Amino acid sequence: MRKCSLDKLQSVFAAVNEKMPIYLPANGSDGKAVYTKWAEGVELSDSLNTVRSPKDFFFPQTENMMEFKTEGKTIEIIDVRDEKEDFVIFGVRACDVKSFEILDRVFLTDPVDSFYASRREHGIIVAMACTKPSETCFCQTFGIDATEPMGDVSAWKTDKEIFFKANTEKGEAFMKAIEALTEDADTKEVEAQKEATKKILKKLPLAELDTKAFGGGKTSEFFNHPAWAELSESCLGCGTCTFVCPTCQCYDIKDFNTGKGVIRFRCWDSCMYSDFTRMAHGNNRNSQKERFRQRFMHKLVYYPENNEGIFGCVGCGRCLSKCPISMNIVKVMKKIGGETK
Amino acid sequence: MQKITKNQLLDKAAELLDNGTVTAVLGWQKGEFDYDVTPALFENKEELFANFVWNDFCGANFSKYLIKHTRKVEGKILVFLKPCDTYSFNQLLTEHRFDREKVYAVGIPCEGMADIDKVKAIVGDGISSIDCGEKIKVTTIYADAAVEIDGKDVLEGRCESCKSKKHVAYDELLGEEGDVLDSNRFDEVARLEAMTPDERFAFWQNELSRCIRCNACRDVCPACTCEKCVFGNPKSGVENKSPANSFEEKMFHIIRAFHVAGRCTDCGECSRVCPQNIPLHLLNRKFIKDMNECYGEYQAGAEVGSRAPLVNYTTEDLEPGEVFDRRDTDA
Ligand code: SF4
Ligand code: SF4
Ligand code: SF4
Ligand code: SF4
Repeated sequence: MRKCSLDKLQSVFAAVNEKMPIYLPANGSDGKAVYTKWAEGVELSDSLNTVRSPKDFFFPQTENMMEFKTEGKTIEIIDVRDEKEDFVIFGVRACDVKSFEILDRVFLTDPVDSFYASRREHGIIVAMACTKPSETCFCQTFGIDATEPMGDVSAWKTDKEIFFKANTEKGEAFMKAIEALTEDADTKEVEAQKEATKKILKKLPLAELDTKAFGGGKTSEFFNHPAWAELSESCLGCGTCTFVCPTCQCYDIKDFNTGKGVIRFRCWDSCMYSDFTRMAHGNNRNSQKERFRQRFMHKLVYYPENNEGIFGCVGCGRCLSKCPISMNIVKVMKKIGGETK
Repeated sequence: MQKITKNQLLDKAAELLDNGTVTAVLGWQKGEFDYDVTPALFENKEELFANFVWNDFCGANFSKYLIKHTRKVEGKILVFLKPCDTYSFNQLLTEHRFDREKVYAVGIPCEGMADIDKVKAIVGDGISSIDCGEKIKVTTIYADAAVEIDGKDVLEGRCESCKSKKHVAYDELLGEEGDVLDSNRFDEVARLEAMTPDERFAFWQNELSRCIRCNACRDVCPACTCEKCVFGNPKSGVENKSPANSFEEKMFHIIRAFHVAGRCTDCGECSRVCPQNIPLHLLNRKFIKDMNECYGEYQAGAEVGSRAPLVNYTTEDLEPGEVFDRRDTDA
């Protein structure tokens, strides 16, 4: 384990930036943390997490896939791919690091999504342990340890210092880039911080929430549950929950006619939308109840069914704090799965 | 902060359910953390008494839900309306969006709603309880003592410049009749107007660049009631699910602002729900201010059936050229 004083953090960013761009949560003009490309003066935010999850780095909201130019009877296909540079994402929380694993299982299994794959290959994740979780946090429910975030490098920030530990080869490369600025450290302070945070985690209001009721093979048990009607009653179908969610993974591929050619792009899609997975015969989910059910069944039943029991939610709490009507996965779990606390 | 109590509302709802005036109640349902309140339709007294909540976090405007619920529910629905909600209610009636006969509207006074982000800015994260009395009493997992906050210090942005405490629609009013207020709501617009066009462009560019096109602003908006929005309609040719580039990002908001111009009551729901804190209400408020200045004071939803200046030709109307001149001298 290596460490350096917090005064040196800007130099750490600068040193990394010499080699590749580094992105970190910094406070935007609205005072909320947003992943920002480091340049001189960009400071690491004190916020617990960003509103927009870091999934954008690997699976951007919109992404041009190719362009077609037509001239007479010839069509030229232009490669517009740009995901070829190494980069660092700094300060990713444990929940969000775990979300990458969930996305990997979708995008990196056959047929591999080469856009996602090459971004993933080029990205180095420096994860940051949490010390002040929010009441909306429930990573523990999914067995995630907020005090020991995975990623290529794990980091712990104390009042005065920051500690780094490499977990992968890519992580070693990062450590090398900042070697001159860091020194060897023992794990005492980090261990103390972890213990303190663990006590806080136990006090969180959602600490006892568990997933016992859910998992693969439960489709028939929950699909026709009468509570879906009530839970989805006031849902606006807006899609906020899906767009802030680090594990929501659906997209649409569209063609944009530029007049001189076509840009083929993909963009996030939301199961909460009426034209989601629209087919020739129309949509297969015709009510908001069905769309709402899809989102939660996907996270709690379908995803684990196809992924060895791993749930499709990491408990980041974004949908809890951002849904305009305050309806969310926790309320669904408690209602459908039975009160657990 | 609120003067009217939860029990007063519950008693009223129970009375109306009992005497058969209504068959369902549109109200606020309590959540996990005292502040995460959800709009809900209560169809019996048990549900109502178990889950109904009224506190400083009941910001949701129910008017738009009436479109959906009046189509579904047999009999009348009791809806609780804060003063600002009543303007949306009237505007929807003006546009014939729901059957007035199917609604029993109870006006309730409002002292302003609290913004949880502002509460957190004072007490920090990790909220374990919030008790809304005269003061807002908050406990967190990080502090032993509760913190008492004055509701006025954590008001939602829209409530800071509340335009009216008067209910412009109701079947029955609880509490006292309020007044239309002399609000400072156009000050923010004036600040934008004082900018140079470049500064203003940069301002909106920066704000809108955060948009994730979740559509929450549109879907919550009581003036956005098209059965199928052009932006969500694959047949419209302009359907899009994400802001493809910065032009398109602005286009969505500009078109939406134009579409609700003259119909937007300035209820403030759009800015309240935006997960990215974009001050969307300023776009609409600019239109309201312009209409007031060009065509005389007009408040959408102040009464049912009024004609917005933009759809109501009079011979006194400004000539387009005069409006154009005005723009020139602005810059
Ligand atoms: S659950 Fe909430 S955030 Fe998600 S679509 Fe419904 S209203 Fe929007
Ligand atoms: S469902 Fe909600 S809590 Fe779970 S990962 Fe998505 S946004 Fe986070
Ligand atoms: S959910 Fe867990 S890992 Fe994520 S921010 Fe909260 S405490 Fe940290
Ligand atoms: S609510 Fe905010 S983020 Fe969502 S579409 Fe509207 S402006 Fe964009």
